[in-house]
Amino acid sequence: MPQKRLVLTNCDVIDPRDIETHLERGGFRALARAQNAMTPDEVIEAVKASGLRGRGGAGFNCGTKWQLASKAEGDEKFLICNADEGEVGTFKDRFILAKDPFTLIEGMAIAAYAIGAKRAYIYLRAEYHHLLDLLNNALRQAGERGFLEHLDVRIVEGAGAYICGEESALMNSIEGRRGEARYRPPFPTTSGLWGSPTIINNVETLMNIPPIIAEGPQWFRDMGTSDSKGTKVFSVSGDVAKAGVYELVMGSPLRELVVDLAGASNVKMVQVGGAAGAIVPGHELDIPLSYETILGSGGVTVFDESRDVIDIVHRDLLFLAEESCGECTPCREGTEVMVEILGRLSKGDGGERDIAALKDLSEMMMLSSLCGLGQGAPIPVLDSLRHFRNEYEDRISKSMFLRTLPVARHTK
Amino acid sequence: MPGRDHEPLLISLKQAQEEHTCLTREVIIEISRSLGVPVSDVFGVASFYSFLSTKPRGRNIIRVCGSVPCYLKKSQMILESVADKLGIRPGETTTDGRFSVELTNCIGACDTAPAMLINDDVHGNLTPRKISRILKSYG
Repeated sequence: MPQKRLVLTNCDVIDPRDIETHLERGGFRALARAQNAMTPDEVIEAVKASGLRGRGGAGFNCGTKWQLASKAEGDEKFLICNADEGEVGTFKDRFILAKDPFTLIEGMAIAAYAIGAKRAYIYLRAEYHHLLDLLNNALRQAGERGFLEHLDVRIVEGAGAYICGEESALMNSIEGRRGEARYRPPFPTTSGLWGSPTIINNVETLMNIPPIIAEGPQWFRDMGTSDSKGTKVFSVSGDVAKAGVYELVMGSPLRELVVDLAGASNVKMVQVGGAAGAIVPGHELDIPLSYETILGSGGVTVFDESRDVIDIVHRDLLFLAEESCGECTPCREGTEVMVEILGRLSKGDGGERDIAALKDLSEMMMLSSLCGLGQGAPIPVLDSLRHFRNEYEDRISKSMFLRTLPVARHTK
Repeated sequence: MPGRDHEPLLISLKQAQEEHTCLTREVIIEISRSLGVPVSDVFGVASFYSFLSTKPRGRNIIRVCGSVPCYLKKSQMILESVADKLGIRPGETTTDGRFSVELTNCIGACDTAPAMLINDDVHGNLTPRKISRILKSYG
């Protein structure tokens, strides 16, 4: 399947500083259609019928989320656009925000109309402060054109915390608190920001809304696999000739993305979905990219044959341990212990029992962590053990051998 | 349900940091008083976020990305090069207060790895040779 520009259709075509160029391309017609020709429930039904699922990583059905918030009791309802793109190797939202802020605003206006929100937030990560002026300019121009008559959109900037991309931590951060994850239930759709019904959608999810309303749900459903409709925007980096942002129809093979488009060769493995993402070995590149298989946030990091798997997984866990919010013990302690064990294994000081300990820890963390950080952290560990067990065992047997030679051990 | 008294806290801390360069004990107590939020909560927020600092930092903050995509492109070499040129180690501030250097996590510039942030500016496709010229533009 070739590249398909649905979300990225205006990127590098319009001038992101000038709404006129966006309007010339049919911008904000979907909002007019939603507001003038459809009831909020009809908008929700259309999004539900399209099969659109969240593009931030969790993949929850977007229309269902909206419906839950729409039906929830509450004087005030909130919409939040999650622009806290912190997943390692993910930069597609940065690309979208920088090149087409108007479609995002249109998507937000439609979402707010559907659930009855009068106030919306864009939670922008601190590292993307360089996009703030551009976004404010786009909001101002959309406001001047009357597209935000019923909606007050505010940008809230983060302050450097990966965990704030997790929806409950994000809401705590907007509330001016530590970005720690919340226990669920209650879910944000019934009790979110300040206890009011709230929907939190990723930038890319909202970018899909205007085309779905304009072209209709069936058009969208015609793309993709049975459970993954539409396209996905991927960020490709690492050992590739052409790192960058690519949009493909759901279900396209990983090989097409990393080899055909990004120009990778001698691929040892690919990590899909950031530091806590799945690891695919080089001989399985024909796997389709979809919610049924692998997807996550669409961050794709490619590693060639020169790379050390244990070192990479150790670095994944270093990141996750540092960014764990510390609220729940399984994640706070589990990620630290994993860093210690993987560090030992990576340096050649590990033993067989370290592998057993990693597996036990993984099971415990997946079962008992409060949010996706701790639940997802074991994924690269277990995947690397499954696909590259021989590398762990080689390193262990070499270190066991070295330990029998006191001199060699000290000079290592 | 939680009240909205904390809402201005994060923004107040950011503003105070711009004014005073870091969030000292006195600044934190002052914010606590003016917002009517417990000191422990103010300190809790101030110490949670990596862009907020309770210790003095330089006028320009260099954040070299050390996450995997940049690591694959030898980010360690960039960090060493920056630290060498300034004569400080990561986590330290130059004696003239001009720069602080930190290792940071993914800044979303993986397509131009290795990358770093200086204040709010992204610098990508870095090589040790480019570092001096970039540093010169920050007073």
